[in-house]
Amino acid sequence: MPADRPRSAEALAEAARRRRRLEHALPWLVIAGMFLVWEVACRAFAIQPFILPAPSLIAESMVKWWQPLLSNAWATLLTTGIGFLMAIVFGLALGVAIGSSVLVYRGLYPLLIAFNSVPKVAVVPILVIWFGAGFWPAVLTAFLISFFPIVVNVATGIATVEPELRDVLRALGARPSDIIAKVGLPRAMPYFFASLKVAITVAFVGSIISETVAANEGIGHLMLVASSRFDVPLVFAGLIVTGVMGVLMYWVAVTIEERTTGWATRGQNDPRLATGG
Amino acid sequence: MATPFVRIDGVAMRYGGVEGTLALRGTSLDVAEGEFIAVVGPSGCGKSTLMRLVTGLWPSTEGTVIVDGREVSGPLSIAGMAFQNPTLLPWRTILANVMLPLEVVQPHRGRLRGERAAYEAKARDLLKLVGLAGFEGKYPWQLSGGMQQRASLCRALVHDPRLLMLDEPFGALDVFTREDLWDVLQEVWLARKPTVILVTHDLKEAVYLADRVLIMSARPGRIIAERAVPYPRPRRLDLTYEAEFQAIVHELRDRISDARRAEASDAR
Repeated sequence: MPADRPRSAEALAEAARRRRRLEHALPWLVIAGMFLVWEVACRAFAIQPFILPAPSLIAESMVKWWQPLLSNAWATLLTTGIGFLMAIVFGLALGVAIGSSVLVYRGLYPLLIAFNSVPKVAVVPILVIWFGAGFWPAVLTAFLISFFPIVVNVATGIATVEPELRDVLRALGARPSDIIAKVGLPRAMPYFFASLKVAITVAFVGSIISETVAANEGIGHLMLVASSRFDVPLVFAGLIVTGVMGVLMYWVAVTIEERTTGWATRGQNDPRLATGG
Repeated sequence: MATPFVRIDGVAMRYGGVEGTLALRGTSLDVAEGEFIAVVGPSGCGKSTLMRLVTGLWPSTEGTVIVDGREVSGPLSIAGMAFQNPTLLPWRTILANVMLPLEVVQPHRGRLRGERAAYEAKARDLLKLVGLAGFEGKYPWQLSGGMQQRASLCRALVHDPRLLMLDEPFGALDVFTREDLWDVLQEVWLARKPTVILVTHDLKEAVYLADRVLIMSARPGRIIAERAVPYPRPRRLDLTYEAEFQAIVHELRDRISDARRAEASDAR
């Protein structure tokens, strides 16, 4: 009935708004729920704190040790960040080289695969011999573990440029560098950002592995010291701080992605954008 | 004919070395400047190969290709190309897509920065000509397939190419959209008079648009017949329903059937 239409449209819009609010609140609700279940389980089954400390105990430990937690978290963030930036620069350069030249691809790819298959924890002692314990092994482990997904994704984006498009540009006299700059790189950007999301989380894995093997600061080092003193709540506090840092860096990557490559996820967030047909 | 604008003389093209597939053999054709020709033939007869040879994307195995008095040895920047797939860049607006060739082709490439406004006005005029006024700021995925193909046509034309190469540009469109675009193409051609080589498998399209229709044999392809189309321009779609027009289409159809039969008997 036509008379009902405005009202039902309004109701639809209201439902959509409610859904959006729920979508925003959902991650926080899930996290809060997890801690609640954890807390209740610890109390109900009287689990020993050195097996699994309750969230309230971890929070207490966080307040008590906030200064070392913060300074060590900063150290980890710094080494991870530097390693990650190196991975971006190196990964982009190598990805472009591999994606645009079959020769480079054939020559380098097997070596890259072999290199990536080596567990990075096995490389840390070598790095320690070369650079001494501490800062550089952590940076380099973060770098080594995170550049591979970037290389693979950028190379894929560049290598899969449509042949017709390549022909259109080549027929106009475009140099290979023109084709990479105008088509290859922009086309590879969604792949690149997808890889950044993977790379940033594994970069933390790299730096913390290195810190637990040989370092005198960083979250990994702090957790190692805490566990040797059986301060299990502090170990968990370190884990939670690491998780928070990972989420923060992930969020930074997603924000940059949304601003630069919105065209690739067209219409998924806003059905009104998808017209035509 | 005076010196032809495009001359293809005894061209052969073989892929993948000495044992590879022979796509073209002994192909010869001349196209005068400002002429509109259509190339038709059974599928896989090397029509697209012919296009890539003329634009210098690939070198021929044998024979010569001369465009504008010079032998083609590399990509020609005087050519514009459009394909069945519009291949617009999804991260660029329609206007920016149309202007892409200007960022690549000399001398526009050097001038673009200083005279951006003039070039932009030109691109907008072109979009208006094909009926896309008002869509300059939209992204390709916000447009229908037919509209994307119009934009692709603009991209092929924006640098004022003297040679326009079209490889089944309307092949993926529905009949009504396709007929609309025939008229768009006719209008653009009448306004600018580039030399056009249209590769198609639609005989009606070939006869409606071209001055001359060339028929290719099955692989390895060569030109086996040609048919001049006498109608003056601008042509109207009603024309396609007239008996004489349909007789021409029929005649072409028969010649292609003959070509395929000849190939089948060769194979036996």
